[in-house]
Amino acid sequence: MLSLILQNLVNGLLLGGLYVCIAIGFSLVWGVLSIINMMHGSMIVLGSYLAYYAFVFLGLSPFVAPLFVMPLMFALGYGLQSGILNRVVGKPILMTLTLTFGLDLILNNLMLAGFTADFRQVVFKSPFDALEIFQLIIPQERLYATILALLLTFLFYLLLNKSRIGRAIVAVRSDRDSAVLMGINVAKIYAITFGVGAAFAGAAGALMSVILPISPVESASYLGKAFVICVLGGLGNFIGVVFGGFALGLIESLGVMVTGPEHSVLIGFVVLMAVLAIKPTGIAGKRGFE
Amino acid sequence: MGSRSIPSWAFLLALMTIACLAALPFALENYAIRLATMMLMYGVLAWGWNIIGGYCGYPSFGTAAFFGLGAYTGAILLSQKLIPFWLSPVLGALACMLLAIIIGLPILRLRGHYFAVASLGIGEVLRHVATSWTDLTRGGMGINLPPMLGSLAGEARLFYYAMLILAVASFGATVLVARSRLGVGLRCIRQNEQAANMIGIDATRAKVTAFALSATMPGAAGAIYASWIGYIDPSDVFDILIAIKAPIMVLLGGASTILGPLLGAVAYLVFEELVWSNLLQFHNAMLGIIVVVLVLFMPNGAIDLLRRRARMEAAR
Repeated sequence: MLSLILQNLVNGLLLGGLYVCIAIGFSLVWGVLSIINMMHGSMIVLGSYLAYYAFVFLGLSPFVAPLFVMPLMFALGYGLQSGILNRVVGKPILMTLTLTFGLDLILNNLMLAGFTADFRQVVFKSPFDALEIFQLIIPQERLYATILALLLTFLFYLLLNKSRIGRAIVAVRSDRDSAVLMGINVAKIYAITFGVGAAFAGAAGALMSVILPISPVESASYLGKAFVICVLGGLGNFIGVVFGGFALGLIESLGVMVTGPEHSVLIGFVVLMAVLAIKPTGIAGKRGFE
Repeated sequence: MGSRSIPSWAFLLALMTIACLAALPFALENYAIRLATMMLMYGVLAWGWNIIGGYCGYPSFGTAAFFGLGAYTGAILLSQKLIPFWLSPVLGALACMLLAIIIGLPILRLRGHYFAVASLGIGEVLRHVATSWTDLTRGGMGINLPPMLGSLAGEARLFYYAMLILAVASFGATVLVARSRLGVGLRCIRQNEQAANMIGIDATRAKVTAFALSATMPGAAGAIYASWIGYIDPSDVFDILIAIKAPIMVLLGGASTILGPLLGAVAYLVFEELVWSNLLQFHNAMLGIIVVVLVLFMPNGAIDLLRRRARMEAAR
């Protein structure tokens, strides 16, 4: 029994690392632009497809996929923001939500038409063995994917806190009007922010291509998880997302011990509703970032 | 607002429209009746959303939750033969009203994004519950409701009239809300909730009332839908697209107006029929394009565009 709990704990932590990477872009866009990016799930799936096809046609390992997936997705995000989304920043939530939902419908439909709904997965010719430590089974691909995800998350942290662009993004989030007074080109920062969000979504997708099946129909579940993580951890800071990601990973892995694996998504949503009802700003969130 | 009585020409126009709609089934063949029924249903969903999303300004994505709940309430009770058909929309509406009050109290405290996400969550949770609680809902296998009358034409007419009655009721409710103190209160809340509280409007009560009222319409529509289509399953009636279509239709026609939702519903149905029959593989993308164009170029809906045109003409 104890070993079962420990195994699920480890599973939860491995999953949690990936979940952090899923949500980090989403939280950034929500916090800075006040836009809930309904395309986030589809962007993750797009990243997975890019990694998958690079593997199938070019033989590139999905673990290095983020290197080219991220710039491509950044360009997509930047374009979308400068072209379309910059017109609705600051408008009522209904506008931005339905707009990004509409864009998501287009993206998802295009992927569905282009790639079909067949589930795909990156399958290595010589599959990795699972490591066995103290009777705990740790699949190697998951371990490497999670480590890379956490590295990317750390990279995100450095970007936001140590680079000029990052400081500009934080400035815009704190006080948009003052940022304009400081000479920051807010429209460009918005576009960069959205691009960064898209890039990290794509990267998360690329890493997950090794572990989870890829199909456009999965985009909604990734979006759902990103929601839950952001609400759980709280918007407006990085620690919140890290906390939220690991929390969801653990809740899902340990929760399904009780309810069974088919209810993992339901658990997430119930937690979401509970958090919204009790403490909407989440565990580590700050008020005023709605 | 309420003291200005409805002009008699408006009354007459409304009555004539209802009379025409009532006579419609005798002039059309079955597929057209079906389309008209769908149009009326979309109108009901739009009117329902308009109360909480348009007048009150709280962007609810719960339409699918209530539609599905109404559909399942009706379907479960009818399949067990516990109630006559005409009672199913009533009970569907009632169940939704209760749920809206219970869930509304905590989530209406939230603002903006959080409320939107929470309302979306209701539908998702209900969908999962419906899928898992197989003893009650038959889960993914869905519920089958056999036709009640013998003939196709008879069935088509029955459901058309059912939806028509519901649509007239929704229209009437919207008129009542718009012209009542509740309507004034909701509009105040939309503009500035704190100020509304300060001038003595009980915002919580108004919001919960609006939310409950807006839940009854999709609830009743869902129940009728279940009998009309004859088969429902969780991913069909709790489909998130339903929750998106309602605000889109209202935005198309004009939020916070009486006729806007109907206009939007008609326009949306026309688009949908044109696209579906011609571009099956891309219908989601087409809907997406409509949404993008709508939000970017027509954010206040058609009625606002018409009003502005009228004002510009008058100013010449």
